[in-house]
Amino acid sequence: MIGRFVITLVILAALVSQPAFAVEPDELLADPVLEQRARVISKQVRCVVCQNQDIDSSNAGVARDLRLLVRERLVAGDTDQQVMDFLVARYGDYVLFNPPWKPSTYILWVAPIVILGLGGIATAAVLIQNARRYRKSRKQEAEHGASEEQKPESHSLTEPQA
Amino acid sequence: MKRLFALFPITIAGILGAFLLWGLNPDRDPNEIPSVLISQPVPGFDLPPVDGLDTDGLSSTDLVKNDGSAPIVVNVFASWCVPCRAEHAVLTRMVRDEGIRLMGINYKDKPKDARKWLDDLGNPYERIGSDLDGRAGIEWGISGVPETFVIDGAGKVVFRFVGPVLGDEAISRMRTALDQARASGGEAS
Repeated sequence: MIGRFVITLVILAALVSQPAFAVEPDELLADPVLEQRARVISKQVRCVVCQNQDIDSSNAGVARDLRLLVRERLVAGDTDQQVMDFLVARYGDYVLFNPPWKPSTYILWVAPIVILGLGGIATAAVLIQNARRYRKSRKQEAEHGASEEQKPESHSLTEPQA
Repeated sequence: MKRLFALFPITIAGILGAFLLWGLNPDRDPNEIPSVLISQPVPGFDLPPVDGLDTDGLSSTDLVKNDGSAPIVVNVFASWCVPCRAEHAVLTRMVRDEGIRLMGINYKDKPKDARKWLDDLGNPYERIGSDLDGRAGIEWGISGVPETFVIDGAGKVVFRFVGPVLGDEAISRMRTALDQARASGGEAS
């Protein structure tokens, strides 16, 4: 009985609990609008230590510093773009989860479309060819079938006579 | 035309294969972030000395106003950083034998700990800036400690090394960068 109660409690706790936030209370800005903008920016900035995490969800020290910096810039009156530019000037395009459109990233952006296009063309070519072959074989079948259907008939007709 | 079309899949497989082979190269480090600082002037910062230590603080003007006699190496370190301890001997030897000017940025370190660390291991640094809140570290675009930069005579960053300067490969890369800094330092002065 007690065991079941404990299990229920654990499951409930798991259901109710939310993922821990890396953003600590002392970092939050008083102004909810600015805070919201800071959150949006933080989600687009890569943590340079744990490279697959954004700074909004990272517990790394540098991520915290960058979160504070983002908020500081916003309070100072920077636009979102200015904050991004500030970070890119120091850490490069690598801090952005959305790489910019420029000559060195053309391949990155275009390659998926090109590959999808090639795949599409190849698929279409195969399908069209198959359809054509199918229609052709149906047509031949129809012609053959017609003559073959007649044959046994004539056969049966002619054989008893022979 | 049709025969040319037949070569298409092989070509694609070839390109894909080459790409994957490139990805398998053991020398390639996917975690390496290219620094935007290379061949840029040193970032602006101004750090006070470590509290209680009689080594001067460090600011960007100290790095720009180089007499060109020796390349400057900026090393970001902290007493809580274990690899820094290992790297310390290498840097000390470089100061002694290779005539570099070593500047330190003491990153997010308690002055007391930093002083003790330098007492224990020796202080090869000409100047040390105390970066308590890590703001100068952000200006340098560091992702952790230790990191080491080589500055030429014109105050430009020529090289960045992430992690401890340890082992033959790291040291030879440092030497190459130092030669490069010496060469361009001569031009500037």
